[in-house]
Amino acid sequence: MALVTFTASAQEKKNKNAKHNITVNGNCGTCEKRIEKAAFSVEGVKSAEWHADDQTLHVILNEEKASVEDVKKAVAAVGHDAGGVLASDEVYNNLHHCCQYERVAKK
Amino acid sequence: MRKIVIVFFLFIGFSSQAQDTLREIKVSTSSKSLKKSSRDTQNTTVMTSKELLKAACCNLAESFETNPSIDVNFSDALTGTRQIRMLGLTSPYLMITEENIPSVRGASQAYGLSFTPGTWVESIQITKGAGSVTSGFESISGQINTELLKPLDDIPFFLNVYGSTDARFEINTHFNRKVSEKWSTSLFIHGNGRFAENDMNDDGFLDNPLARQINVMNRWQFNDAEKGWIGFFNVRYMKDEKLAGEVGFTPERHKFGNEVWGSEIKTERIDLSAKGEYVFPDMPFQSIGWQNAFSLHDQNSYFAFNAYDIKHQSLYSNLIFNSIINNTMHKFAAGVNFAYDRYTEQLIVPGIAGTFDRIDNSVGTYFEYTYDNDDNFSVIAGLRGDIHNRLGAFITPRLHLRYVPVEGTVVRLSAGRGKRLANIFAENQQLFASARTFSILDGGGAGYGLNPEVAWNYGLSLTHNFTLFGKTADVGVDFYRTDFQNQAVVDLYAGPQTVNFYNLKGRSYANSLQFDFNYEPIKHFLIRTSYKWYDIQTNYNAGQFERPFQAQHRFFTNLEYATHIKEKGQRWKFDYTFNWMGKQRLPFTFSNPEQDRLNDFAEPFVTMNAQITRTFSSTFEVYVGGENISNFRQPNAILGNDNPFGSTFDASMVYGPVFGQMYYAGLRFKIK
Repeated sequence: MALVTFTASAQEKKNKNAKHNITVNGNCGTCEKRIEKAAFSVEGVKSAEWHADDQTLHVILNEEKASVEDVKKAVAAVGHDAGGVLASDEVYNNLHHCCQYERVAKK
Repeated sequence: MRKIVIVFFLFIGFSSQAQDTLREIKVSTSSKSLKKSSRDTQNTTVMTSKELLKAACCNLAESFETNPSIDVNFSDALTGTRQIRMLGLTSPYLMITEENIPSVRGASQAYGLSFTPGTWVESIQITKGAGSVTSGFESISGQINTELLKPLDDIPFFLNVYGSTDARFEINTHFNRKVSEKWSTSLFIHGNGRFAENDMNDDGFLDNPLARQINVMNRWQFNDAEKGWIGFFNVRYMKDEKLAGEVGFTPERHKFGNEVWGSEIKTERIDLSAKGEYVFPDMPFQSIGWQNAFSLHDQNSYFAFNAYDIKHQSLYSNLIFNSIINNTMHKFAAGVNFAYDRYTEQLIVPGIAGTFDRIDNSVGTYFEYTYDNDDNFSVIAGLRGDIHNRLGAFITPRLHLRYVPVEGTVVRLSAGRGKRLANIFAENQQLFASARTFSILDGGGAGYGLNPEVAWNYGLSLTHNFTLFGKTADVGVDFYRTDFQNQAVVDLYAGPQTVNFYNLKGRSYANSLQFDFNYEPIKHFLIRTSYKWYDIQTNYNAGQFERPFQAQHRFFTNLEYATHIKEKGQRWKFDYTFNWMGKQRLPFTFSNPEQDRLNDFAEPFVTMNAQITRTFSSTFEVYVGGENISNFRQPNAILGNDNPFGSTFDASMVYGPVFGQMYYAGLRFKIK
């Protein structure tokens, strides 16, 4: 166990408050709640704010616990295309019609 | 509609991050000047500066006329000072803060609200019920926090001039300069005065005191957004002089004589404060703040042969750390604060002559946890522990819950405890203007021989937003109960020549129920109505009675209409406020001779205020208005006015306006 910890810290120093902006598509307040909830479900995400105007999810996360990819996957899993990780059509089609954003990332 | 909702949520999203020690209230573009956010866990209403313009006069005490949560009462027939009440309890039971630093407390309780000019105010947050633990243990029925104009956002120059038919004049000038990229400063200069004697009700007494106030504040703001530093430094000096009594009273000739009844109240005050906050640049959710304040309050006064002098030096320091647990759904604030209050108090009234010098100091620590699921549920749980030289060691718990069962409906619950030492003389100064004999019936307690006041407050509120005929409307109902475990009872039922102070024996409670209905039937036309019911009872030595000067029923409505803004900013604004005050219980006066008796209850009455504002451009506007337009005047406002040195004299029996109609006009000029 001690060995594992040692090797981990021997790699690059991980940022406990890494800021990332992820392009996430969505429409409305309901989308916002869903997106942020999904982001917060990833352990290590400290702050998550999605803004509809610039279609961006602003996250601060502890890189020792989670990666940006984890966040993208979690957000895509609830139906929102996130920084190149696409939501499945099935989940997307089940979104409330108000939330069925234009899938620019899929083209 | 949907767009508005999105904008609204965005606004909330931004502001929730800015929730820190130096909490600046961000104002959205909504036309509403009274805002109640559905995201706020506490039952808080924000009054913007726009709301303050609706009652163009003049200071903080007078700024709640258009607000249904706060009742404005008159405290005595001489000084015309307005006392405010929330949930039926007077201002000593509220925590009144200025930029989150306790301000109106101790010696300034009676007149303190009139020492902040209205034009200095950026916004006011009114929280009903148990407040937050972060600023102290004293609040029982609510909190009022005032945010002043911030030097960084202020305009270079502002001028306000006001004059009224009751001979009151006011002038406000603000100057602002951005000194450097990081420093900005504002200088506020306020002066007001009443220079002519008025006796509209022909009782031989001035309806309003002759007065003079000079009030100057210089504040500096430091802002380094990149490094995360914000700081505020304030210096303030205030001098206020009031002269009241019989028409023709001149202190040089009549002071301490028994020919002409007169009174003078002179107050000087110095306030210094410094606060700083550091927001961790890579962690916007984490910050450290430090608030420090010093004030010196010096009041010298006499009311014919009664004399009252109080000097209060106060030091306050609060260190607060804000951060999160795991993520921003779990926030917390933890801190330590320290308070030192030194009172030098001297009183000469029938029954009591002596000095009541004392020192209070306390150190406390607190922890407040906030959970917000970012959707439909939030909770704030706070706990503080304090060690106080006279109150001992004690804990103060406070809890707030918010739940949104369906979109548009918000349910809030709150509960909390408050503890304080009553400053029985400073808080009841209106009684000095009477021939009453003062007695403290208990001894051995921590303050004037009385035990500390302890009360629990519980509240439940429900608001619901909906559309009515295609326009937005909201209804609200809330119920609050305050239960006193101990109270410094002020008893006016023992007889018209007596006032007794003693520890509560038995029960004392205040129930308050309020219904609100707000509607915007056409654009720029807002209707605000409210009905309030109070049941406030205390076990006095003579039995269980309603608290005097409290109407059981009150009705309030405010109408606001504005025309569309034209291209150069021209606009008309109209405001009308109607207040109906139900019958009020009055103290016992039956043993007085017939002409100096009051009924057990005062008759219901109506007051109306109205104002018209004409905006000529975004930099110049003029307003005219009237107060008490229906000209209701309390009959027999000063008991025994024909023999002011006699035993039945009492100027404190005031339940309504003493002055009749009053009209005013003013202008505002800005350089942007």
